[in-house]
Amino acid sequence: MITINDTDLKKAELLAKLSIEPEKRERTMAEMEKLFGYVEKLKKVDTTGVEPLAHTSEITKENRFRRDEVTNPDGAEGTLFNAPAKKDGQFVVPKTV
Amino acid sequence: MELLQMSVRTLSEKIRTKALGVEETVSVLQKRIEETDPELCAFLTIEKEQVAHRVEEVQKGIKSGIYAGPLAGVPVAVKDNICTKGLRTTCASKMLENFVPAYDATVITRLQNAGMIVLGKTNMDEFAMGSTTETSAFRVTKNPWNTHHVPGGSSGGSCVAVAAGMAPLALGSDTGGSVRQPAAFCGVVGLKPTYGRVSRYGLVAYASSMDQIGPIGQTVADCKALYEVIAGFDEKDATSVDKEINPAAIKDRENRNDMSYMTGEYPNKMCIQRLKGMRIGVPKEYFGEGVSPEVRASVKAAATLLEANGAVVEELSLPMTDYAVAAYYIIACGEASSNLARFDGVKYGYCTAEEGSLHELYKKSRTEGFGEEVKRRILSGSFLLSEGYYDAYYLKALKVRRLIKEEYESVFRRYDCLLTPTAPGTAPKLSESLQNPLRMYQADVNTVAVNLAGLPAISVPCGFDKNGLPIGVQFIGNAFCEETLFTVAEAYEVLRGEFPKVWKQQKNGQKKEERLGVPEKNSAGKEGNGKAGGCDGI
Repeated sequence: MITINDTDLKKAELLAKLSIEPEKRERTMAEMEKLFGYVEKLKKVDTTGVEPLAHTSEITKENRFRRDEVTNPDGAEGTLFNAPAKKDGQFVVPKTV
Repeated sequence: MELLQMSVRTLSEKIRTKALGVEETVSVLQKRIEETDPELCAFLTIEKEQVAHRVEEVQKGIKSGIYAGPLAGVPVAVKDNICTKGLRTTCASKMLENFVPAYDATVITRLQNAGMIVLGKTNMDEFAMGSTTETSAFRVTKNPWNTHHVPGGSSGGSCVAVAAGMAPLALGSDTGGSVRQPAAFCGVVGLKPTYGRVSRYGLVAYASSMDQIGPIGQTVADCKALYEVIAGFDEKDATSVDKEINPAAIKDRENRNDMSYMTGEYPNKMCIQRLKGMRIGVPKEYFGEGVSPEVRASVKAAATLLEANGAVVEELSLPMTDYAVAAYYIIACGEASSNLARFDGVKYGYCTAEEGSLHELYKKSRTEGFGEEVKRRILSGSFLLSEGYYDAYYLKALKVRRLIKEEYESVFRRYDCLLTPTAPGTAPKLSESLQNPLRMYQADVNTVAVNLAGLPAISVPCGFDKNGLPIGVQFIGNAFCEETLFTVAEAYEVLRGEFPKVWKQQKNGQKKEERLGVPEKNSAGKEGNGKAGGCDGI
């Protein structure tokens, strides 16, 4: 049975790039613990020799190619329209180096 | 008011034959929305100017013959996780509150090419994560049958729009039951097509290996008509499948320029004939202890009705059903944590106002932009995919998924379709479900296995509980056998008789509490062909 402590939650927050407010931590941990406790029931299933199934679509068993042709017009304007911060036709981000 | 009661086939026929104008149709619906939606809250965005512009375009298109298809001029409501060029698409999240897509989803392009009109964007659970439409960051949608209850979710807005007569048709998306369950709770028909049947290009991804866009309508025929518009191969979606949709029927129709399937008599006789000898399996695990006695009785009555009219109905067992919810939530949360990593506050979407490093910008934007349920699923998914848990949980779930799929395959060698309750109960009261997320997840028991296996399934109204809330029967088909589902669902619909409509009661000028509550007694049985037996409890 998985138990979720604050260290586990911090690990998940780091991976998910999220933070849970102090007053919500207890409830979040409890809910995650309940969910993980519930999904433990899968351990009862014998899956020896069973291949994992990530996708049901037969088509994804092989690569699908299409011709490398431009079919849409330049979408820069429409794309940048939604950017929270932009300058000279580019996205603005905080200094990274 | 008359227009609101028309089936899509009648509506489209009147538009085609010019007995009804496109503008008139749209304005009647807009008026209905103005009157009804302040209470029901089904819509998030309606741009009247854009709609007016589109109406003009469609009028010209019909006149010139560009739009000659069976749904030309028919308005449709669209779930707000389907991208519409130039029209805000929010996923009911603060994260995308001001997001205006630069392109149309393929299904939208298909609607446009068919001459349809997008009326507006409908409310949903945030990023389609939820079963009640209450996790929306903007408003809580109410069930039109009783406004103290939820409409179900996550496509609650779309189902309410159809149920309450605000739109004749709607699009939803179904990852674990998000079209079928609210359709059942609202008394409308909702289809989840086979995975790969409808392009996901432009659908904001939640769990990509299970997401599928589906049609919602008042009747099976309506649903089918919209399905035929949206289904088909799309180069832009690598998981879309290049398989003809009902080639024989479509060819036949084209040859005869036959629109009879849209205009009346078609389903009534042919479907019942085709029902004869059809093998319907009833998996006992779908009637487990969580299923309410009223739902059980109503759905069993539907099975009896089909059996009495020529179908071969047999009970069977799908023991893996018990593991479906657990496998589903591991896979769905895992895929969600990966898909929603794209929301970083840089390229689009919500961005924090606080200053900081790039990493802090990501973290703060996501923390402030996502709601509680979305955060919980991303966190759970990130954790389950992390080192030390990946094999024990995620891989294990994928193996169980294969077993679930194989179990279905084995029964579809013997049966044409399966019959189950869509949901174990009827619509819960507002704010009840979110108190206990795990219990809410468990209530998806009858819908999630279908998504894990990629199969098509349709929910059709089959009765009411004692409080007047609708119950749905679900038909599950083999992969790419949507036609079989339509046949059996239409046959059931004809045998059941007309299902009551919320606005018919409103038309009678009853008191508000009454009209939103228990439906009239005679609607289902007497307006049909007298054979109704599925709607006991009405």
